[in-house]
Amino acid sequence: MKEIFVLAEHRQGQIRDITFEMLTKGEELAETTDTQLTAILLGKDVKKYAETLSKYAEKVLLIEDIKLENFNSEAYQQTLSQLIIKKKPLLTLIGHTSYGVDLAPGLATKLNLPLATDCIDLKFNGETLLVTRQMYGGKVNVRATIRKSKSYIITVRQSTFTVQKPTMNGEIIEMSSSLSEEISKKRFIKYLLPLSGDIDITTADILVSIGRGIKDVSNKPMVEELAKILGGVLACSRPIVDKGWLSSDRQVGTSGKTVKSKLYFAIGISGAFQHVLGMKNSDLIIAINKDPNAPIFNFANYGVVDDLFKIVPSLKEKIIELKSARSQS
Amino acid sequence: MDIIVCIKHVPETAEAEIKIDSSGKAIEKTGLVFDINEWDDYVLEEAVRIKEKFGGTITAITVNTEESNRTLRKCLARGADKAIRLTDAKFEGSDGYAIAKILHSVIKDLPFDLILTGVLASDDGYTVVGSILAELLGISHSTMVKKIEFIESVVRVNRELEGGLEEIVEVKLPVVLTIQTGINEPRYVSIMGIRKAMKKEIKVLSLTDTGLSESEVGEAGSWLIINELFIPPMDKRAEFFLGTPEVIATKIVDLLKSRGLI
Ligand SMILES: Cc1cc2nc3c(=O)[nH]c(=O)nc-3n(C[C@H](O)[C@H](O)[C@H](O)COP(=O)(O)OP(=O)(O)OC[C@H]3O[C@@H](n4cnc5c(N)ncnc54)[C@H](O)[C@@H]3O)c2cc1C
Ligand SMILES: Nc1ncnc2c1ncn2[C@@H]1O[C@H](COP(=O)(O)O)[C@@H](O)[C@H]1O
Repeated sequence: MKEIFVLAEHRQGQIRDITFEMLTKGEELAETTDTQLTAILLGKDVKKYAETLSKYAEKVLLIEDIKLENFNSEAYQQTLSQLIIKKKPLLTLIGHTSYGVDLAPGLATKLNLPLATDCIDLKFNGETLLVTRQMYGGKVNVRATIRKSKSYIITVRQSTFTVQKPTMNGEIIEMSSSLSEEISKKRFIKYLLPLSGDIDITTADILVSIGRGIKDVSNKPMVEELAKILGGVLACSRPIVDKGWLSSDRQVGTSGKTVKSKLYFAIGISGAFQHVLGMKNSDLIIAINKDPNAPIFNFANYGVVDDLFKIVPSLKEKIIELKSARSQS
Repeated sequence: MDIIVCIKHVPETAEAEIKIDSSGKAIEKTGLVFDINEWDDYVLEEAVRIKEKFGGTITAITVNTEESNRTLRKCLARGADKAIRLTDAKFEGSDGYAIAKILHSVIKDLPFDLILTGVLASDDGYTVVGSILAELLGISHSTMVKKIEFIESVVRVNRELEGGLEEIVEVKLPVVLTIQTGINEPRYVSIMGIRKAMKKEIKVLSLTDTGLSESEVGEAGSWLIINELFIPPMDKRAEFFLGTPEVIATKIVDLLKSRGLI
């Protein structure tokens, strides 16, 4: 029986969420294509994960090797290409993560199999594979057909598919590693933990977050003041950190922090998914953006389509008014 | 050190109103401002810094129409020594795979120690070109790079992982690295640079120069065939506050009051 492969992603002792998201989507695809769902687990001392995975897949293929201890795209590519050549799965799902991005394009090129990256949806229409992905920072979606093949590789965007309760009790199959030669081109050295600054934005109730829309670092104090009178903390999107206007511990998003504040002001932030993933679970989200089509308005509870340089000063004024009225009464 | 930088000329869309064109397969480009892809801005800067430190040459290369000369000129003004533009009507419809094949056809005959690309292009965001190029060249790669250090025959890079975590990896030279934003602070173009750049030549190559066949490029040579573009459905749209800034501010304050936030 043809299979659908899902590459399990794990790091520092944990299976990463994307794995279960892909297994959930994989189960649906396996049903519609009459194929078997197989989780691929590569690593060292990872047998302990196999059981968890077996609840989400019909089969878990486990390969252990010291050379697979930490993610290494060279070792992973060799192992996976041999597996794909041998088993000819209909589809291999890989996370569109920092690991998947390092692995999938080389793997597909080597195997001469078509690859579609960062997909937010995929389905088979007969033998044709159709995908949906995003362009222009999430302002446009695109539906595409993948060049016809016996086997496809897809990388899947994180947090796109909702994990369902596990229903399976798959078989765990241990295979011996096929890595005979040295992994000679690439070597993992170590992890570098994020810097911890003096402020932890993940514990703040009120976050006032700024994006590229503030235009210049000289405008930062204007928004910082708003944060202050609200009793909140200043956070930001990635470009603000890239420019050095705020330190990296203030960054919200996939490569920054995930926050769940009571109030999240998104000011001059477009709402690229990498940012949104870090803040969408906040209780109350208010976005200020002059572009009515900014994706952030799909995630905010309340929106203001206007110039932030007009709204922020007015807002500060009103809050100060309210506070002084209160202190007088 | 001889460095090749892959550069894409893209429309700036963060603040622009986007419309799908009549083909339904592309966006309306008229009225949009084009510039160097955000990631490639950091690519270029990193190349210039490496050249300043170790000497060598920088060659900027792009697959695009003549329009992209402006971006190539910018690269030359900022420190690239040579520029190559690959232009052919047959290249239209190329996805990241086809683009990588086109780039490979030229790069394979050039001398290089290091190739830098961006992590992704802000228009179609495939996140593939750098590592496909490496595989086609038979050399190693590393992606999402935030720091580069040369130690004899290897390059030691910091790769960005999720949640602020990074990993340090050593990779053998020659190598393709895909550069993540924030790795450096891109500089502005100097007047001197612009003057010098005017004298430099942009080499233009077409499909026949690449040695590729028609079926290897464009839509025929791609993994992805675009069916249609559409504006993402707004299923959970925000409730909008309307009025003058003062009215809007009052409404926001009322909301915050009612939620006990102020
Ligand atoms: C691997 C990877 C990881 C990433 N990780 C993160 C991450 O963790 N966090 C993150 O934020 N991003 C991340 N990004 C970047 C992300 O893709 C976007 O590029 C980024 O979020 C855009 O930031 P922005 O919204 O501030 O800027 P832009 O997209 O440039 O948006 C600026 C917005 O400001 C608005 N604006 C401009 N002027 C005004 C004005 N006067 N008044 C009101 N509005 C105005 C514009 O309409 C626009 O919507 C990552 C990208 C990659 C590839
Ligand atoms: N048409 C192109 N010409 C030159 N380089 C490109 C082109 N398209 C993509 N690249 C390079 O590949 C990187 C990643 O693009 P992509 O894989 O398309 O997201 C970009 O940052 C560029 O460095």
